[in-house]
Amino acid sequence: MVAPLVVAVTGLNATDNPGPGVGVIRSLLHARDPGLRVVGLAYDAMEPGVYADGLVDDVFLIPYPSQGVEPLRERLAYIRRRVGFNVVIPTLDAELPAFVDLAPELAAQGVGTLLPTREQLDLRCKAKLAALGAQGLPVPASRVLTDVAGLYTIHEAFPYPIVVKGPYYGAKVAHTLDEAVHAFHAMAAQWGFPVIVQQFVAGQELCVLAVGDGRGGLVGAVQMRKTVITDKGKGWAGVAIRDEGLDALTATFMKASRWRGPCELEVIRDAAGGYHVLEVNPRFPAWCFLSAGAGMNLPFAVAELAAGRAPAALADYRVGTMFVRIALDQITDMAPFSSMSTAGEIVRSEGASR
Amino acid sequence: MSRPLYERPVIARHQTGAMNKFSRAASMQPQTHVDGVPVDTLVEAYGSPLFVFSEKTLVARYRELRDAFARRFAKVRVTWSYKTNYLDAICRVFHREGAWAEVVSEFEWEKARHNGVPGERIHLNGPLKTEATLRRVLPEGTLVHIDNFDELALLERLADELNLTPKVALRVNLAVESIPAWGRFGFNLENGQAITAANRIVAGKRLELIGLHCHLGTFILDPASYREQATKLAHLANELRRAHGLVLSFLDIGGGFASHSKLKAQYLPGDQATPSFDRYAAACAEGLAALEYPAGKEPTIVLESGRALVDDAGTLISTVLANKRLADGQRGLVVDAGVNILFTSFWYDHDVVPAQPFGGIAEPTVMYGPLCMNIDVVRDSVMFPPMRTGDRVVFRHVGAYNVTQWMQFITYRPAVLMIGADGRHGIIRKREELETLLASEEVPAWL
Amino acid sequence: MQRLRDLAISDTGFVFDPFSGATYTVNDTARCVLDGLKRGLHRDELVALLADRFETSGEDLSRDLDDLVHSLRLFGLVPGAFEVV
Repeated sequence: MVAPLVVAVTGLNATDNPGPGVGVIRSLLHARDPGLRVVGLAYDAMEPGVYADGLVDDVFLIPYPSQGVEPLRERLAYIRRRVGFNVVIPTLDAELPAFVDLAPELAAQGVGTLLPTREQLDLRCKAKLAALGAQGLPVPASRVLTDVAGLYTIHEAFPYPIVVKGPYYGAKVAHTLDEAVHAFHAMAAQWGFPVIVQQFVAGQELCVLAVGDGRGGLVGAVQMRKTVITDKGKGWAGVAIRDEGLDALTATFMKASRWRGPCELEVIRDAAGGYHVLEVNPRFPAWCFLSAGAGMNLPFAVAELAAGRAPAALADYRVGTMFVRIALDQITDMAPFSSMSTAGEIVRSEGASR
Repeated sequence: MSRPLYERPVIARHQTGAMNKFSRAASMQPQTHVDGVPVDTLVEAYGSPLFVFSEKTLVARYRELRDAFARRFAKVRVTWSYKTNYLDAICRVFHREGAWAEVVSEFEWEKARHNGVPGERIHLNGPLKTEATLRRVLPEGTLVHIDNFDELALLERLADELNLTPKVALRVNLAVESIPAWGRFGFNLENGQAITAANRIVAGKRLELIGLHCHLGTFILDPASYREQATKLAHLANELRRAHGLVLSFLDIGGGFASHSKLKAQYLPGDQATPSFDRYAAACAEGLAALEYPAGKEPTIVLESGRALVDDAGTLISTVLANKRLADGQRGLVVDAGVNILFTSFWYDHDVVPAQPFGGIAEPTVMYGPLCMNIDVVRDSVMFPPMRTGDRVVFRHVGAYNVTQWMQFITYRPAVLMIGADGRHGIIRKREELETLLASEEVPAWL
Repeated sequence: MQRLRDLAISDTGFVFDPFSGATYTVNDTARCVLDGLKRGLHRDELVALLADRFETSGEDLSRDLDDLVHSLRLFGLVPGAFEVV
């Protein structure tokens, strides 16, 4: 008899700019795997996913990645003793280096992960994306700048408008040199160097949720077009699509990077039918529940692979399946919040003793 | 039943986005000892504040760096960057391990000679090379890294006058993606200046060009930057070989490797962000694979590391002078080490922990030094447990630059101590006293 | 002092202020002081209470008390002019 999956998941910050954790957990629950239990890992007592009905069995605060690996290692060890878990799925960019570093020792303790290497993480960072262009991935023309002087000749490389991006987050479209200089200083002040300047490409915003096997192959992928976009540029509704161009592009990325685990490709399809990969996110996207809803449950497949199980062959997904996000008010009394803020945990399951 | 231990009563308001009791403070451990010696013993013997250097860590870091490169290159030379910390005891630890000296002034050169380093095992670098300095160092065979055309001309003239053929290297600056270029030092590669300078040296026949040198910057967290730098240096060396048949005896890839400290602008702390020496060495090796040199003629790889070797070995012990409650409710802590001796706190969020067991609720805390100046902040916001006056704190990874860039201001600079590999400890720089300062003062006769 | 009397304080040190909706965490010593303040204890009685309940080692309890009351004033849990006497 196979041990039941107990999966620890981060990213419960289901705000209007949501973390992927809630989507990952709903996908896991959707699989109705016997004995499956979910342990939520949160960074703040007020992360909404903590309070969602029937979502997590147990939930624990964990230290921020900026606190270093050691506090995280200790906290995970405590949680393992308290309620046990055999898979962990980190879902936030900033925590990935720490979890990647901890993966070997977690594995030695019987906790599985499906994560890229540090080198693969570096490869897809914004400043390096252009290098993937050399390996056959269509990326927009870009320049990595550490000095504003580089902007004065940018029009010789590609025409305005341009997108000025920070190294981790933030993007501004600039139509003139003046706007670009302003955006450059704003990005540098907020996010530091380098500043990435990218050719602006217009078209349909498409996303691919893909899971790589770490050997250049694809476990599975679901394609989606955003149909409602919020003022923050986040997809609020979308539809599963099938585009052979995206298939080819996904396969190229997997082959070039030998990616292990989940990732999201953000792609623009221009009016002429050309593709431009804007970004590669090294984790599940917030909309990943669409994959379960459309019949190809990639979060569950990742959990099974991480646990060392051979997952059942993935069925293809149903094109035309839609997701529509809604805002929902959860009602809770003070007790769970009190427990989270003073003890840093809510334990409902019988935990490891079960 | 025994009563619970008293701790200062604290009420902390919950704020969304800051409600995580598992901050660093929760897992913070006191550092009660440095290399096995109790902090209390050290302070009782040598006073507070007190800089403490660990010989064990100095040696361990040196060997880790040397071995990482020695595994990949036939010939490796580590030079100790004097400006990072030129206390004799520190320098001698590295020289004993085999390090040459990298100096940037006549004073540092004198220090290196004083430490027993032969002149021909010193690399003289930087823009501060006066005629007097060069007249002194050239006859001793010191390797001069040329910074600009004026210096080149001066060296050629002195070579004639002194009837010597000085061994020189060309300092080169070049563009590497994603880090700001240090264009002010040396000759630019991309605009052809570097080649022009090399051609001129070769044509002049008064200097012997034996090396190339590039120093990318400081606290470079991405090893790939070194791959790019090494590739460009290799291409330049290939070009010089094709043009003049020149086979260089060394390539100096500079310093700039990160320590385990954390820059203020950096999100992840050193234990996650700082690459190992092994990763830096691997990147350099990948880049230098582009070098087309005959077998057996491979150049020596020169490193001029400072911070990465000494920072982790230095600790600063300081004592709590006072607790404050600021107007906005934030907690302030006044300690006896200020920015005058912990100069690097302007750029780094130093890792600081209590030196004794502690309890209680950690609060966001501003840590002030003892100076009567508003800028004297050694940590601008850190989650820190309650402290009592007389308690001690320990700043870690502060061995680089502080004991060279510090300033004497309103009080005496503290003692600097070394704990030996065998646990012995001894002063390596005395605490200043009135006589120390009066020794260099004079009062004119009319006063 | 009604605000103080209305505070709901749990055994784990979780504090809810029904007037403002704000929540707080207190440590055991602060919980002890809040209990004392609710009962209208004076400075010397509060200091004696702390010294009785906890193992002290020469701390200035009176000064620590003032520091806590400063925070309570800042959070509006006691009137701005409140002093322990």
